[in-house]
Amino acid sequence: MAAAGGEEPDSDDGSEELVLTPLQLIRSLEQAWLNEKFAPELLESKPEIIECVVEQLDHMEANLKRAKKGDLKVSVHRMEIERIRYVLSSYLRCRLVKIEKFFPHVLEKEKSRARGEPSILSPEEFAFAKEYMANTETYLKNVALKHMPPNLQKIALLKSVPKPNLDSFVFLRVLKRQENILVEPETDEQREYTIDLEEGSQHLIRYKTIAPLVASGAVQLI
Amino acid sequence: MKAYIITGGKRADSGKRVPIAALEEMRTLYERNQADVSEAKSGRTDLIFLIRFRHCCLLRNQRCIVAYLYDRLLRIRALRWEYGSVLPNAIQFHMAAEEVEWFNRYKKSLATYMRSVGGEEGLDLTQDIKPPKSLYIEVRCLRDYGEFEIDDGTTVLLKKNSQHFLPRWKCEQLIRQGVLEHILS
Repeated sequence: MAAAGGEEPDSDDGSEELVLTPLQLIRSLEQAWLNEKFAPELLESKPEIIECVVEQLDHMEANLKRAKKGDLKVSVHRMEIERIRYVLSSYLRCRLVKIEKFFPHVLEKEKSRARGEPSILSPEEFAFAKEYMANTETYLKNVALKHMPPNLQKIALLKSVPKPNLDSFVFLRVLKRQENILVEPETDEQREYTIDLEEGSQHLIRYKTIAPLVASGAVQLI
Repeated sequence: MKAYIITGGKRADSGKRVPIAALEEMRTLYERNQADVSEAKSGRTDLIFLIRFRHCCLLRNQRCIVAYLYDRLLRIRALRWEYGSVLPNAIQFHMAAEEVEWFNRYKKSLATYMRSVGGEEGLDLTQDIKPPKSLYIEVRCLRDYGEFEIDDGTTVLLKKNSQHFLPRWKCEQLIRQGVLEHILS
């Protein structure tokens, strides 16, 4: 993926280079940001979007430095830079918070990932998560666990740290029409049924059923 | 033990007083259990319930202690995002040595990550916490800071009680440190 007007990074898998206009790039960033904000679990990492946005920001900053002082456009562009940087920071912060909150599960999921599956952690996030886990484990061991009786000196972090609640409800807007989405029953009297998601419609539904749709881009969390 | 967790305020008591009483209790329970296990093995099966009960107490104590310590770690983590890399002395005083070590390692890990995002200089994720409303903001200086350079090269002298109209992104750090105050008219 490359952003028009920036440098073109090579894609190593040899797939066609999709050239996005800056507008499309920012829109992708905003979509990823909103999805990440409202999803209860950590979503796929989007390194290409991040890389392109950073390049775009650098490019805009460079342009601004060359521009004449006092030019009205400077203010508008600077505001735009601020806004984009805010969205990017917020997106990355949201991911870090989830990584720290669910650290054993996130690491476990990454370790047991099949080879073709997309990664939920970028290499840097993976390193951060591992360091966080090691740091916390060492701390707990040195401060408390080693003073405990021998059979209690370990803590199963996977069991003690709560998992993300995939049954939580989320709002979504449908981008591509979907058919036969299963809705699970809430109570014993209800039975499960299927619904079709029309393009443009908005729904409040449990995250678990539509998780794959978020990943594929068929729906947008709002 | 619960009292520790419930009353654990923002600056909870120094970590040195980490549930020593709870740990003592665990040791006593464990020793009693050990004694009873050997007795149970040699025939006194009526002791098994007592052993199980003590084991449950031990597990509960372990959980409570770890919960308390982890909660403190989460508050310390929040300090990095609120105050920055250097903690005020008043807060450091309330932290145990191991907590300070955890904090240092956390901030190093975070710094490495932030540097890896965002081009040459990295992206400081502790900035831009709120969506930008305007480019320039009115600020009042709360204490003497000295000279402050803005992007276009001009310098501003930040003296106590002086007011300035400065670019927002430059001020964010100083506002958080308490040097400047955003004036909302």
